[in-house]
Amino acid sequence: MNPLSSKPLNGELAVRLTGLHKSFGTLEVLKGISLEAREGEVVSILGSSGSGKSTMLRCINMLEVPDAGEIIVAGEAIALKRTRTGMRPADRRQVDRLRAQIGMVFQSFNLWSHMTVLENLIETPIHVQKRPRAECIEEAEDLLAKVGIADKRNHYPAHLSGGQQQRAAIARALAQRPKVMLFDEPTSALDPELVGEVLRVMRSLAEEGRTMLVVTHEMGFAREVSNKVVFLHKGLVEEEGTPAQVFGESRSDRFRQFLRG
Amino acid sequence: MTAPGIVELLGFGPHGWGPAMLVACAVTIAVAATGFAVGALMGALGAWAKLSGGRLLRGFADGYTTVLRGIPDLLVIYLFYFGSSSVLTPVARLFGASGFVSLPGFLAGALAIGVVSGAYHTEVFRGAYRAVSRGEIEAATASGMPPLLKFRRIVAPLVLRYALPGLGNIWQLVLKESALVSITGLVEILRQAQIGAGSTRQPFVFFAAAGALYLAISSTSGWTLKRAEGHLARGLRRA
Amino acid sequence: MIDFQFLAETFAALVAGVPLTLRLAVSAVGLGAMLALLITWMRLCGIAPFSWSAQLYVFLFRSTPLLVQIFLIYYGLGQFPEIRASFLWPFLREPYWCAVLALTLNTAAYASEIFRGGFLSVPHGQVEAARAAGMGPWLLCRRIMLPLAIRQALPGYGNEIVLMVKATSLASTITLMEITGIAAKLISETYRAVEVFVVAGVIYLAINFVVTRLVQIAEYRLSPHLRQAPSLVIGAVAGREGTA
Repeated sequence: MNPLSSKPLNGELAVRLTGLHKSFGTLEVLKGISLEAREGEVVSILGSSGSGKSTMLRCINMLEVPDAGEIIVAGEAIALKRTRTGMRPADRRQVDRLRAQIGMVFQSFNLWSHMTVLENLIETPIHVQKRPRAECIEEAEDLLAKVGIADKRNHYPAHLSGGQQQRAAIARALAQRPKVMLFDEPTSALDPELVGEVLRVMRSLAEEGRTMLVVTHEMGFAREVSNKVVFLHKGLVEEEGTPAQVFGESRSDRFRQFLRG
Repeated sequence: MTAPGIVELLGFGPHGWGPAMLVACAVTIAVAATGFAVGALMGALGAWAKLSGGRLLRGFADGYTTVLRGIPDLLVIYLFYFGSSSVLTPVARLFGASGFVSLPGFLAGALAIGVVSGAYHTEVFRGAYRAVSRGEIEAATASGMPPLLKFRRIVAPLVLRYALPGLGNIWQLVLKESALVSITGLVEILRQAQIGAGSTRQPFVFFAAAGALYLAISSTSGWTLKRAEGHLARGLRRA
Repeated sequence: MIDFQFLAETFAALVAGVPLTLRLAVSAVGLGAMLALLITWMRLCGIAPFSWSAQLYVFLFRSTPLLVQIFLIYYGLGQFPEIRASFLWPFLREPYWCAVLALTLNTAAYASEIFRGGFLSVPHGQVEAARAAGMGPWLLCRRIMLPLAIRQALPGYGNEIVLMVKATSLASTITLMEITGIAAKLISETYRAVEVFVVAGVIYLAINFVVTRLVQIAEYRLSPHLRQAPSLVIGAVAGREGTA
């Protein structure tokens, strides 16, 4: 069963989105969406394609800039300013600083292909966070062992399987010592046999008490590992609650239809 | 240098070099086109040698493309222009001519351009042939088409469609190479500009005008090519 | 039948032109690469006037023959009294500097297109990952985009280097005695065009062969990520002592 669903959550606010709007051209993807995540919470974000779940996630670290709304991450509100071409982050340095505290795992892994796995892991700690090299290498080696690919440290991403690459990507995000972790459909690009190894790593992270926001199609993960499940439909939160509430007593017809497939 | 000065210089008035430059344009296009045609012929032969020739033929073709893409075009033009005299003068003597006989600049230039561009043509045709799907050719064979008809109606048009962008590039190359033929004395654009510059002591005006003429020819060619590519690519799904 | 004596003499005479050929080529390629990076940046930076200027520059230099560009600089610039009086004149009246200038400007136009292709081919996902990790634009460019762009552009750029070596032969038209200049002189003196051509051709082929090999070595060195995975034995031995 879900060891997290009964954990008392009175931690600090990790992420708060308020009233986010985002349009791509004439298509309005986010229609005033709001979301909250506390420290140590694991939030699964579900929804059919076009519901805006990835866009909402990417607003948290400013890979997308909302047209309206407020974003608070790690205790800071991201300053935005209006320009002729739309909304922009007002303070470049703030964004970079916050991003260094947010670890992101992408659907297509996005490991840097000209660096070895180990080099991928120490890149941000050394060059962005300016930590000493020896410390970064040691921590990276530990993380690689933790996700189970210690023997691949000197390999290049192209030589790893999809599951190994994604685990390396998770380790890379962890190497930043992030306050919040974002997962954008981490298993969608993997062959079915490889999904399990990645979910196992994510589960162990959840049990450690990490703050995780996960956009996923893996219902098992949502049901068994998360504290909170959020179902998005057409740019708004349709259903929100604990897994037991959402999967058991859902009032939303659309959600039940989504579950059926 | 006043504005009316340039206009008068390059215009069509009594002192104007306009007509001369335009004639030189025609010469440039003619030598470039002839060279291109020679090169296309050599390229077709070279591609055939590389695709379906035996080891010896392939070796020759490989040698040809490697050598000619590694030596300067100017050297090849020198070869054809000055080298031709060592071949032709003895031959002409046989017929009673005296003195020094060499290929006229146009011919030497066109042949040189042809031989150099032939190396690039070979690669373009070879690549284009391999890009044509086996199936379409097989269908033609299976329908009982005799080889010559198959080549004319199926293979050549399909290869041309893939070769066109590469051929367009070679044309632009050949156009610029034609400027080198000026060293043989042939009065194409650059040579005409040199004559005008020497005569009027205004080299900048004439060489800038030469540049403008090349630009015009190059742009027009490019635009025409885009139209042709679009037409030939009908029915081809863009990747 | 083959006059080895003459061939040897010709070879000795032509080899004397190799240093100048190489100096022209190396200068043009080196300076041209730097200028090309600037032009590529102008093209991709997103500021419209810079982008248009860069496009115009590339269009002008790629649509006109190199020989016209050389003549414009060597003969054409001298037409202006302002230039003759300026501090640039000691350079601009020397055929060597005119040739270097023309070659540099020319190769920069072609190289910038090659570099642009390299930058545009950097997988967007890897750029996003770098941004998401908090890398500022300069760090992102230096650590991620530039390395990946260079690896992509190397084959095409290697070809451009070979073309530049060949282009140095045009310097012979403005009195410079590099290989082709000496060859032209020999041909006009001895009328033995074929033999001189063959020797000169061999020398150019040798130079270009070396250049191509060097580029291939660079390509090999820079793309371990495209080669075979290291074997298990080596990986285990490298173990803890190896640094990243």
